[in-house]
Amino acid sequence: MSEVRVLVGTRKGAFVLRSNEQRKDWTVEGPHFPGWEIYHITGTPSNPNRLYASQTSDWFGQVMHRSDDGGKTWETVGNEFAYDGVPGTHQFYDGTQHPWEFKRVWHLEPSPTDPDSVYAGVEDAALFHTSDGGKTWAELPGLRDVKGHLWQPGAGGMCLHTIILSPDDPNRIFVAISAAGAFRTDDGGATWRPVNEGLKSDYELPDAAAEVGHCVHSIAMHPSRPNILFMQKHWDVMRSDNGGDSWHEISGNLPSDFGFPIAVHAHEPETIYVVPITSDSHHFPPDGKLRVYRSRSGGNEWEALTNGLPQSNCYVNVLRNALAVDPLDSCGIYFGTTGGQVYVSADSGDNWMPIVHDLPPVLSVEVQILQ
Amino acid sequence: MILVTLPTHLRALAQVTGQVSLEVAEPVTQRAILDALEAAYPMLRGTIRDTATKERRPFIRFYADGEDLSHEPLDTPVPVVVSAGKQPFRIIGAMAGG
Repeated sequence: MSEVRVLVGTRKGAFVLRSNEQRKDWTVEGPHFPGWEIYHITGTPSNPNRLYASQTSDWFGQVMHRSDDGGKTWETVGNEFAYDGVPGTHQFYDGTQHPWEFKRVWHLEPSPTDPDSVYAGVEDAALFHTSDGGKTWAELPGLRDVKGHLWQPGAGGMCLHTIILSPDDPNRIFVAISAAGAFRTDDGGATWRPVNEGLKSDYELPDAAAEVGHCVHSIAMHPSRPNILFMQKHWDVMRSDNGGDSWHEISGNLPSDFGFPIAVHAHEPETIYVVPITSDSHHFPPDGKLRVYRSRSGGNEWEALTNGLPQSNCYVNVLRNALAVDPLDSCGIYFGTTGGQVYVSADSGDNWMPIVHDLPPVLSVEVQILQ
Repeated sequence: MILVTLPTHLRALAQVTGQVSLEVAEPVTQRAILDALEAAYPMLRGTIRDTATKERRPFIRFYADGEDLSHEPLDTPVPVVVSAGKQPFRIIGAMAGG
């Protein structure tokens, strides 16, 4: 019998939720690191008991922790994220140029083969890497060479929040930044190029089709089809069939195409999930109904998944790192809300149940299957 | 010995309870205390002052002998009651919030 372990980062600590393959009965463990904002806590594919957690605080800055026993004990690792060379400037809210300043780690992406190798996406947006299990971190500075002076913070800060390591090419990495767009390297991170052709930001940018500056909220890929990418942009749900070289809209019949996370079913590469949010100023679901939308056609045709989710008076949000899928035969879908609920569906989204109701606002959700 | 008090979160991070005692060579300054603290508890590096610039983090305050030393030069000797080990050098998480 497999164990299902869900790692939840919240505004006030980390929680570990455990169940079996049935995913009906759960235990809740935590808070770990009480009082700290846990932007991301995740496990490494090659050693599931090696976990990494990003803790941050307006008072005490960035702290990084690592566990080698599945979260029972933790040790601090390196928290120095120094930009390479002279950091330079980016565009600020007021249109002036502002120096790059490290604030926090938003996302950790471990290597699929080496538990000591991890990429970190940070605010102010940059990509770092460790090859020694988090003791030291080095920037991949070529990313900020791609018109970094034109990048600007979104409302949540100028963050690199999405990192996808291509499963068929170790030299190919995709990242996404708010508000700069999507970028790709094909040489292991030495050089990068923007992959934003086809994105339209009519209200956000003076040039709606600019090469950089788009507010990409998240990107997802199915490992069996690494050239197909799905994107939840600030507005618009998008798809690329050529590794990001171009994008086309697949929002179709969604009640709103604004949202934060996007995910792909573990076994059906054309089945994707989003959580529509009313608008950029109304960060809650349309009509007070919490609905996950599923497309089984790779986009455009969407169905609302509502069984077990609140369908009245619900005004929570689901943030970009807070949607995850598991690879069990009956694919599990998980998401956490800013209201502190974590929901699970053990049947690809047909039926949902809350695992826990009253956590602090959820920032990230990851799931591991332990044999 | 110099006594230092830490805010709750940093006590948890450093895995200490109560005050911390540190050997600090004369002259005892804020910089010397922070250097000794980070050497003894490396997990605190970056949480009180920036790792690169060594600037105090904005929401951290340093109090001693009833005074706010946060804006004093880091190389000025701390009050005698601190350097004599009679009162603690207090590291505080500033009031910030509603």
